Formats: sequence, structure tokens, C-alpha cells
Amino acid sequence: MIKLSGKLKPLNSLRPLSKLLVCTLLDGLSNDEAKGKALLCDQAKIVGKYGAVLRKQAMGKLQDIPEFLLPEDMQHLSEGDVIRISEDGHSVRVLFRAKSNHNAILLTEQCNHYCLMCSQPPKDIDDSWLLDEAKQLVQLLPTTTEEIGFTGGEPTLYGDGFIDLLRLTNLYLPNTAVHILSNGRSFKDIEFARKYAAVGHKDVMLGIPIYSDDPVRHDYIVQAEGAFSETIAGILNLKALRQRVEIRVVLHKQSVPRLVQTAEFIARNLLFVDHVALMGLEVIGFTRANLDDLWIDQFEYKDKLSEAVDILEATGLHVSIYNHQLCLVNTDVSNAYRKSISDWKNEYVDECKSCTKQYECGGFFSSSKQFRYSPNISAFED
Amino acid sequence: MLSNFVGEYKILQREKLYSFARHQLPADDSDYIDLRAKQFLLDDSNSIAPQLLSIKTRTKYSRLADFTALHIFVVSLRCEHSCPYCQVSRQSEDRDSFDMTEEVADRSLELTFQSPSQNIKIEFQGGESLLNFDLIKYIVVQAKKINEKVNKHLGFVIATNLAPVTHEMLLFCKEHDIVISTSLDGPSDLHNKNRPRPGKNSYEKAIEGIRLVREVLGQDKVSALMTTTEASLNRVKDIIDEYIKNDFDGIFLRHLSPYGFAIKTKSYRAYSTERWLDFYKEGLQYIIELNKMGVPFREYYACTILSKMLTNSDPGFVDLMNPSGMGIAAIVYNYDGSVHPSDESRMLAEMGDNTFRMGNVLENTYEEIFSSEALVKPLEESFTLSAPMCSDCAFESFCGADPVYHYATSKDFLAKKPESDFCHRNMSIFKYLICLMEEDPYVKRLFFRWAHRS
Repeated sequence: MIKLSGKLKPLNSLRPLSKLLVCTLLDGLSNDEAKGKALLCDQAKIVGKYGAVLRKQAMGKLQDIPEFLLPEDMQHLSEGDVIRISEDGHSVRVLFRAKSNHNAILLTEQCNHYCLMCSQPPKDIDDSWLLDEAKQLVQLLPTTTEEIGFTGGEPTLYGDGFIDLLRLTNLYLPNTAVHILSNGRSFKDIEFARKYAAVGHKDVMLGIPIYSDDPVRHDYIVQAEGAFSETIAGILNLKALRQRVEIRVVLHKQSVPRLVQTAEFIARNLLFVDHVALMGLEVIGFTRANLDDLWIDQFEYKDKLSEAVDILEATGLHVSIYNHQLCLVNTDVSNAYRKSISDWKNEYVDECKSCTKQYECGGFFSSSKQFRYSPNISAFED
Repeated sequence: MLSNFVGEYKILQREKLYSFARHQLPADDSDYIDLRAKQFLLDDSNSIAPQLLSIKTRTKYSRLADFTALHIFVVSLRCEHSCPYCQVSRQSEDRDSFDMTEEVADRSLELTFQSPSQNIKIEFQGGESLLNFDLIKYIVVQAKKINEKVNKHLGFVIATNLAPVTHEMLLFCKEHDIVISTSLDGPSDLHNKNRPRPGKNSYEKAIEGIRLVREVLGQDKVSALMTTTEASLNRVKDIIDEYIKNDFDGIFLRHLSPYGFAIKTKSYRAYSTERWLDFYKEGLQYIIELNKMGVPFREYYACTILSKMLTNSDPGFVDLMNPSGMGIAAIVYNYDGSVHPSDESRMLAEMGDNTFRMGNVLENTYEEIFSSEALVKPLEESFTLSAPMCSDCAFESFCGADPVYHYATSKDFLAKKPESDFCHRNMSIFKYLICLMEEDPYVKRLFFRWAHRS
């Protein structure tokens, strides 16, 4: 797994002027071009006035450019990556990895849900600087960027601020696929939904969770009363405005008992959505604290998963299974199975060593490998 | 069995039903949770339910706004077959006075394109429609000419026994994207017994015709319909095998209707509804077994009903619509210019009963025809949501009004439902389909795919 934040060692007393810097390997850029760039370079002499220079080895101190030493685990930085160096110069965060197709940009840690399995536990603090940072970021990215994700917390809690970010994204990244994770409740306000639709980005998808056909069960899982009705109202408004919506169902001990009914509910009530994602549990955040209430072996629910997929696919819905191991699902869902865990964060366990299908399999989140995975993992043989 | 307004259903034990009706079912009871999820009940936690239910209701009735999509042209009443069960009362072949004229066709096309529907399907029927193929050609060319200005989705179907079909006719069909609907009653002996023609070779002609259509137009351009006669009753497996042998992917197991020669020759009363239901159930069981063995094959009447049970979209099958599909879903322009709200009602007219005659294309305007008492009165009087016994029937949303049937059998658009074979037959099928799904998870999944045509 690649680290996205780490310590930094300042090599002189200078600090970058701009908050966000785009990494580059190119020395000799004009001063104008260089000022927003962080040069990855171990040569002693630098031509050009870069925003910062990042070293793999400690060098002679530069006089006029902020100079930092990268720790080993941050030396993966490469051309086009966007970073933020803290004001004290002692830490660095990666906001965007040019080589990855799974760049998720955290917009806030505030949320009006408090999901049992939240991977990004909400904090009630003013973190609107994250939104400002995202607004800067979309202006720095190349127009050829294939996909970005906006995530939270609940990004729509910014209201118009969130819409502003989308407008900027539409201006600077009109060809980039934009995936937004939201609980959808804000869109129950038709005026807000209209503003969202009016942005008119041609390739944007909202991923909205529905955990059960039973409103009480859904509200319990997200720990918010009335959430189910608001989320559905939001989806209905969005689809009435012809916006693309993906339903995301995280599968765990609380949602699996009504998985088949939930698929039937989607088939009967929400047939007009654009994608249904059935997602395995990631053992991080609140899930670790609530593991006993959430953990279920994927092997135990594989027949229910098959039935749910069969129902959804029979209606013509586009269905994907994410975050599952290939040896724990039935072969009849192969059409929906995705090798979904990003290459840079998936891992395999000892049982997988002799498996002949490892390259078709999504593997594990490193957190699952560490904390809990199914005892029914078994290698495929020829 | 409980059903909601759009036909989602739930099976409840009787005691649970009583406690539900008395508002005593505990909120953590699994049946309570199911009922809430399907919007049978509203409590503080599912305030969105009325909105979901209303969207589904609008979807279910959305066809009404489109109005008439199927326009049937009876281009000739002549036929070289002499089927005793004929519901149309065909005329012998050489009587030109039973052919539609170009004048009637022109005027009918004018009316056709006044329909608000964006989808227009023109179906040619008979008698034997191919006996007046020149008029079919005329109508197709004229319709396409008119459509150049209005740009609707326009399609054509020829209903034919295929005996008179020629390669040349099919080249015309290919050029204009016309599909074929034919009759196939079963194996050779049964088919030829049911459908006599000079030469006693109706079956051979039909099979050769099907082969030729597929060769010229393509594999999926021909569909077939069967009619159940007394001789069919013990042969359901043979009939289904015949369809499979001829590469059809489904069959519509049809009962006889009480119209035309079927009444005169007593074919219609030759078997009871009960006997037909046994035939139907045996056929459906056999089709399910075939699917279990890996032969994908469907029964289309079940598909139609299952769509109404398991989806929100109405398949638009005229007999199973409420308000009735007569005139609204389909309209018939008879060879003589008279206009009828359904195929069955023109059959009544051939028997001398003009109750449903909406007017004549040569005499009346679109407005006169579509607001005629002959259409509006039966639509209104048969409306199931206000009909005694229908309005509180759990199967209402699967069923239909069918005023023409009820008028034909009891001279009343509504009729007394306990005496209605239509009611008895359909209720029996509804119950049977639900039982099959409840008893066998395989059937539930199979039927779900049938309902969604996937």
C-alpha cells in the first residue's frame, strides 16, 4: 500500500508560497512555470525558481528555493502528482496521484450520517479549507485526467459551496469522469437538485447508499432517523432531472439479511438508476469498533448475493460486485464481479499463494488482511 | 394474498392478516417489515412511501396518455381456409365485395395518423390478408409517405395463415421491414384437423411459409399463435414440442373466444373453462420442466400476467387492461369502413351485433368516432376499479375489464363476475402462477425473468 501522507524534513528555512504544488521531474522550467511546481531532483544545481525542491538524499542547502528531504515511504512521488506541504514544512500530503485512476478527494469530514461501518468517521469541525483546497486542485489537474472522485463526510453539506466546486470542475475538467459519494439527502430539496443538474457536467455520477428496503434498518445502519425517506426523495429528484445515480449497498451482518428484498425493492421502485454496486465491507474506521455487529463471512451469503444479482440483472440494471474475493462468490455472478480494489491498495493472504486465479481476483484491503478475513478462502487450482 | 395498488403482492397467514387489519401487528414482525417495504402500510419511518407508490401508479397507467398504438386493417374477409372455430366468420374466396377499397384504406390511414401515440403499429388481418396483398402494398407505401411528415415510430405486421405467401410478397416485406404473425395449432394431424383447407395441407403450407419467411426476412421475423380446440386438450405437450421443433422461443396457450363461427359451430362450448385450465396448467408445468432441463422456452400469457405482477409496466394486452384496451390500445378498421374498438368487437359485428360499432371512416370524423357512445359507454361501465367485486379484488391490478367479452357472453358490459368465465379463468391462472412461485424458488426466478423479458 502506498502512503499518501508523511513526514518531511526541511533542509533550509524557506517555505513554499503556494499551498498546492504539482510534482515535476523537469528542471529548467521558466520561473513562471516553475513557481507552482515541486521539483523532484537530486542534482545540486537547480535552474529555475521552483516552489519547492524535494530530495531523496540530503543536499547542500539551496539559497533561494525551499528544499526538503523526502522520507523513504514518500519517494513514490512522480510527475504530475499534486502535494500539499504543511506550513511548518514538516509534513506532506498527496492530493492527487497522476498514475492512479482512483483519486478520491476528501471534501469534508462532517456528515449527517453516523454509519456503523463508516470508513472515514465524521468529525464536527470546520474543515471548509478542504473545499478551498479541492477548488484549487481541480484547476491544477491536466484536462486529460480520466477520473476523479469527491468524497466525505457528506460533500453536499456545503450547499452552494459544493455546487461551486462542481462548476469549477466542469470548467477545468470537462472531459474527466467525476464520481461523487453522497448520502443523497440534500437532493430532497428540489432547488438544490436543480442547481446540481444545472452545472451540466457531461460525465458525473452520484454514488448514493441504500442499505435496505426496510427504512428502519437503513436508518439504524446510518444512525440517522428519517434518512431512508430523504435519500429516496433525493434519488427521485435527481432522476426526474435526468442525473446519473449509482446505488451502493455495503454488505455486512446488518444489511445481508434483507439483501434479496433490497434487490427486489430496487428492481420495483428504482429501476431508473444507472448502476447498482454491491460492496464488501472494508475493515477500517468504525467497522473496527463495531466488527462483531458487522462482520459476516462472504462465503455465508454467496447464495443471497447470487439471487440479488440475478434479480437486478433480470431487470436490465447494470450491477457490480466490489470488494469481494473470487473464491467466496458463486460462478453465476461472474458477469457482475469486479476486480475492484485499487491496485495500489490490494493485497493477498497466504492462502492465495498457490491460487491460479489471483490475477482475476480483487484480493483484500490491507485492513481486512490485518484484522479479519474469511476462514473459507481457498486457492483455485488448475 | 394481499396486493397493493400497483400489484405488488404479499402472502400472509390468516392470523397475521387479522392482526394487521386490526392494527395489532407488531412493528418488529417480519411481515410488518415486508408490508412496510412494499408500501402496504405507512408509519413514521417511511414517509416516502406515497411518493414511490404514486410514481409506480403513473408508470403503470402511462400507456393511457399515448392512446391508440395498434391499428388493425381488415383488408379482406375472404379466406381459403374453413376453420370451424373461426372467430371472424370468413367469407368464401371469390367475393370481391368483402375486400377493403383504396378509398376506405386512405381514410383509415388519415385516422391512424391522428392518434396521439408516437408509436404506430399497423396490423393487417383477414379473412386471409394476403388474398388482398395489392392493398397491403398500397397501405404500406401510403403510410410511409404520410409518416415522412410526422415521423412516428411506424411498424407493420401481417397476420396470415401463410398458405398464399410467395417469395415476391416477402421481398416487399423485407423492403418495408414488415413482420409476420401466423397460426400454428400443433403437430400436422391436429393442425390440419383444426384448420381445413382445400388440399388438407394447411400445416404443410404453414411450415413451408415459416421457413420461407425466416429465409427472406430473418429468424425472428415470424411469430405464431395457437388456438385450443377440443382435439387439442390432450395434446399440450405435442403442441409445445411442435413449437420447439420449429425454433419458436415461446407459445401463447390460447383458449377459444365466444365470437364468430366459434359460437355458430359450437366449438366455443366444446370444452369447459375447467378443462381448458387443466390443459393450460399441464402445458405450463411442461414448459417449466423444459427450462429446468436447459431449454429456454416461455408461455406468453403467463409472461403478460407476470409483467403486471412483477413490474410496473403494463404490457398493453387488450384483454387484461383497465380501463379496457378497446379503442384505447387498439382500433380496427373493417373492410367496409366500419370502425370497431377491438378485433373481438368486429367479430361481433360480423355476427350482426353492432353494439360496439364506433362509426364509419367514410362518414365520421376522428372526434366523432373516438367519442362515440359505442366506445365511451362500455369503457366507463366496465371500469374495474368501480365495478362490484372487481374493485375489492386482490387480483384487480393483474386483470382487465374486457367489456366485449362480457357483452358477448351476457349482453352486459360489466356482467356478474361470479358467473363470468373470464373472471374464473383469469383468477385461476393468477392463483396458479403465484402458487408456483411460492412453492419453487427456481420458478420464482424464471418467472421474474419472463416478467422482465430477459
